[in-house]
Amino acid sequence: MSMFERKPLAALVGALALSAVLSACHSQPVRSGQPLGLGTPVAAAQLAAWDIDIDADGRGLPPGSGTVAAGQRIYETRCIACHGVGGQNGIADRLAGGQGSLATKTPVRTVGSFWPYATTLFDYVRRAMPFDSPQSLAPDEVYAVSAYVLHLNGLLPADGRLDAASLPRIVMPNRDGFKVDDRPDVVGTRCMKDCVPGS
Amino acid sequence: MPPYLPPPGLDAGTDLVADKSAKPPGRRRFLQGGAVLAGAAATLAGPARAVGEALPVPAWTRSQGRPAAGPYGQPSGFEGRVIRRVREGAQPTFPTAASSLTPLADIFGTITPNGLVFERHHAGIPDIDPEQHRLVIHGLVERPLSFSLNDLLRFPAVSRVHFLECAGNSGSEWRPARKLTVQSLHGLLSCCEWTGVSLGTLLQEVGVAPEAKWLLAEGADAAAMTRSVPLDKALDDALIVYAQNGEMLRPEQGYPLRLLLPGWEGNINVKWLRRLKLGTAPWQSRQETSKYTDLLPDGTSRQFSFVLDVKSVITGPSGGQILKSRGRQQITGLAWSGHGRIRRVDVSIDGGRNWEEAVLQTPVLDRALTRFSLPWLWDGGPAVLQSRAVDSHGNVQPTRSQLIAARGTESAYHYNGIQSWQVLPSGEVHNVHV
Ligand code: HEC
Repeated sequence: MSMFERKPLAALVGALALSAVLSACHSQPVRSGQPLGLGTPVAAAQLAAWDIDIDADGRGLPPGSGTVAAGQRIYETRCIACHGVGGQNGIADRLAGGQGSLATKTPVRTVGSFWPYATTLFDYVRRAMPFDSPQSLAPDEVYAVSAYVLHLNGLLPADGRLDAASLPRIVMPNRDGFKVDDRPDVVGTRCMKDCVPGS
Repeated sequence: MPPYLPPPGLDAGTDLVADKSAKPPGRRRFLQGGAVLAGAAATLAGPARAVGEALPVPAWTRSQGRPAAGPYGQPSGFEGRVIRRVREGAQPTFPTAASSLTPLADIFGTITPNGLVFERHHAGIPDIDPEQHRLVIHGLVERPLSFSLNDLLRFPAVSRVHFLECAGNSGSEWRPARKLTVQSLHGLLSCCEWTGVSLGTLLQEVGVAPEAKWLLAEGADAAAMTRSVPLDKALDDALIVYAQNGEMLRPEQGYPLRLLLPGWEGNINVKWLRRLKLGTAPWQSRQETSKYTDLLPDGTSRQFSFVLDVKSVITGPSGGQILKSRGRQQITGLAWSGHGRIRRVDVSIDGGRNWEEAVLQTPVLDRALTRFSLPWLWDGGPAVLQSRAVDSHGNVQPTRSQLIAARGTESAYHYNGIQSWQVLPSGEVHNVHV
């Protein structure tokens, strides 16, 4: 397999002979429940570029801030081609509107109408957007464009600004709209003969 | 009701239903059906008269074949139509945020060949160098560790057969019936033998802090896909997988590492896995709020609906196929449940009025695809074929109407309603709703 180092044959034979000796004297069965001691210790500083998740309380939000106005400029250069003017009618997901539609026959799920936490917006944009260049925005830019998307949904005023303290305090309209899995909500029936179809 | 053939070997011993009282009603007609067909078969068989020309010795018997197939074998050139496809009529705007479906009508048994395992990506397939790839486990642990693939290969290997199904599989069935194939309707479904390390073993290595309750799984793709996983599941039966069906994971399945949570919706089985972070609460990532939540008619949504409910589908005859002649047909299909084993599958040929028990191919494995079959004598008249699975927890696959009565039509995910295939006298088979 490619992931194993290739060794010259002589070295391999030597290694086999050595391991035979070792196993005769030192080989021990591994007891289950004991760590095997594999893996390399890793320090927080090494992980900084990967450890970018934001939780629902805002833990993990970086220093920095951004305004709605700055966010609009970023949106119009980096996002509008796919998400459309004002976050609507683009070729990618709709980002604004739809509030009050969830219980209707034509629900519209957007950041403003559906998402329970504003922290999710920062986390997702930072890790995955813009789609054509993910992880290219600096924290200030992510704050700004998040502020603009929230503004488009009426959740921040035109002169609004976001930072690590204010972002988790945004109350999303659908904050209480989710319940943890409560199935089974549908129970099938096992009729075998003269059943009513579809029931 | 048109007759059924007694499937070979189906005797009292193959009755897998704990509830014995359920057995008698179907039993008598089932045997009668067999008798009817036995009679028909006798007349057909009679003193057979040979028809047609003498069988030739073909060219491939008179000359040497090709040399050994070479580095990596391919299917016969005659099987070129057995391929993954995007859903009929779908033209993905973003080809890297799209899916391709398994050709369920053209595969056999229960294991999906690696090249036909369905795909669902949110930012394309990364080309990851396994030498550079790392899995980091950190957060609420005693010893944050980074594992190379070589490290992981030194742990005890575990192999298990499990199905994988996208939460959005069959999602078009919430809407009015479209005349699609089983591949287009239900092909976000596959089953492999997965090999890797038990996640519990790795968690032992890092030492989980007592206050940890959830972990975040993150991919190394351009979506940096993240999902929150309850620690209980991680300790119970989660695998960190590096191989499928005997070879390293295919790039589109997460090469070199993916998470596998048996019985849980596809999306949470994070591919290209690079990081697990332990914490106290779910992170509320985009893929567990905006997506993969089930919107209900009252405007609330069900969240963390991980387990895939009991389900089955007849793959033959199925949408788009044409029955070429009357008489004996083989009804066959697949059943599965995220809760456990398939206990039985019932088949109806009259749109759900009467049902017969199908034969299950053994072994029937936990949270794996299970093949069922039932011979059927088609009289040339219209028929509506359905299958209904029951799992080892007694869950019975519901009808489409039952699902919609409870969830409306906007919940997008987790559709597990009974599939109906209408067989027309012309032999054409179509998706219908009864
Ligand atoms: C090249 C097209 C493109 C660009 C540019 C783009 N996006 Fe996206 N965006 C997408 C696609 C495609 C998705 C859905 C991805 C998926 O399927 O997972 C998406 C999803 C999203 C979502 C999640 C929507 C939901 O309801 O779940 C948000 C929020 C978002 N983008 C914000 C942005 C922001 C902010 C920018 C600019 C910084 C941006 N996008 C730039 C294509 C784009």
